[in-house]
Amino acid sequence: MSLSVTLTINGARKDVVLEDPRVTLLDLLRERLHLTGTKKGCDRGQCGACTVLVDGRRINACLALAVSLDGAEVTTIEGLAEGEALHPVQQAFIDHDGFQCGFCTPGQIMSAVGLIGEGDAGTDPDRVREGMSGNICRCGAYKGIVEAVIEAQEKTEKNERRVA
Amino acid sequence: MNLFDYVRPASVAEAVAAASEPGAAYLGAGTNLLDLMKVGAMRPDKLVDITKLPGLEMIEMLDDGSVRIGALVRNSDLARDPLIAKAFPMVAEALLSGASAQLRNAATVGGNLMQRTRCSYFQDPESACNRREPGSGCDALDGENRTHAILGWSEGCIATHPSDFCVPLVALDAVVEIEGPEGRREMPLEAFHLLPGDTPHKETYLARGELVTGLRLPPEAALFSGNARYLKLRERTSFAFALVSAAAALRIEDGKIAEARLALGGVAAKPWRAREAEAVLKGVSPDVETFARAAEAALADAMPSGDNAYKIDLAKRVVTRAFVLAAEGTPQRVPAMPASVFSSDTGVSAHA
Repeated sequence: MSLSVTLTINGARKDVVLEDPRVTLLDLLRERLHLTGTKKGCDRGQCGACTVLVDGRRINACLALAVSLDGAEVTTIEGLAEGEALHPVQQAFIDHDGFQCGFCTPGQIMSAVGLIGEGDAGTDPDRVREGMSGNICRCGAYKGIVEAVIEAQEKTEKNERRVA
Repeated sequence: MNLFDYVRPASVAEAVAAASEPGAAYLGAGTNLLDLMKVGAMRPDKLVDITKLPGLEMIEMLDDGSVRIGALVRNSDLARDPLIAKAFPMVAEALLSGASAQLRNAATVGGNLMQRTRCSYFQDPESACNRREPGSGCDALDGENRTHAILGWSEGCIATHPSDFCVPLVALDAVVEIEGPEGRREMPLEAFHLLPGDTPHKETYLARGELVTGLRLPPEAALFSGNARYLKLRERTSFAFALVSAAAALRIEDGKIAEARLALGGVAAKPWRAREAEAVLKGVSPDVETFARAAEAALADAMPSGDNAYKIDLAKRVVTRAFVLAAEGTPQRVPAMPASVFSSDTGVSAHA
């Protein structure tokens, strides 16, 4: 049984033929398209390491069948920077030491981009912590992560005011 | 994960036909089903992908004032919908207290109703589980069972239903809309999930091939919007299933309770409506002693199913406190930590 799937990944159209419907979005990204920035942690939706944006919304790539997402737009950590210019969330994680080993970081950053896009948390630390609770950091870099998300949120708000 | 056939029907009728064959399962977002397939607890022969079906993503007000929610509405969209947040605030609070933002962005309304228990013996194919494999026994009975049921359980199964969302829905008399091989039907959500008895593998009233297409909340459900809270006790602050939760709502007229609604989560194999407690509250003043009596009534039939007698006391306190919070009034905005006992902006005593 072969299934064809068309996805737009980081702006580029990809036509993929899957010989097996069991392929998750995570495995498609890492094993077929060699986009290994998205990490496999628990593979059960509990750790958030595989967080990507699908049609602009953050989800766990490990719990989505690739074939079911036919036609979707996917953004991964590889798609955030513009050339050498880091995305504001990436820069904020560096500025605030929002990581130690770095394994959870792509998922943390994609989740933060999703959170800021949702617009519910603002710069309230409690709401940021709650909004990021789907991303586990076993090094315990949470203090820096929360600071980074808040700073990125503030910069986003400033940019929006400038544009408006 | 076992190999399966994958089909993506274009209409509800095609979906029902495809799912009426033995071994077929509906695929929504897959956040629960794929997880269970990965660990081998579920092995469907065919997945019927319903995520592209038209017409199931609407939230709409009907002519009679009831609100209809399509089965494919995502949890996060429902919680953020202005109509839902205003008319049914405890539904929004319960949704936002469940899972993580990533899962809420994917998980659907229909999938929430159909999700399976998180009993670890159900999830482990090596363990005996009457729910997963009828007649095999129940390893939870003599196992790790401190989170298990205290109401409505049987020797055959002591698992709990894990949903937060379903708890306020049952309190508010939600109705489930169903399509199947025999046509369309509907039933109260309260009757949709089954207690285990001798047939724990029968979890809902759905027949083979039947599909949940939507939910309706009746017009009366919105009358509680000013005094409605969901309170959820869990083992960590966020992203955890309820040990015990309560959806408590009051309709207060002239300082007295005209009508109360109460449902509990995490205590039974179904969201547990507590009508005895509602009766205690009718016509009386909303004060903490009365709420404590209502809590006693709600848990009057509770029995530990293992190392979980503490959950009975816990449930009484959660019910009392949920009513205290409801009586104080629904907050303008869902708290930073939805349904959490650690929410700091309510000012309520931690020792209700």
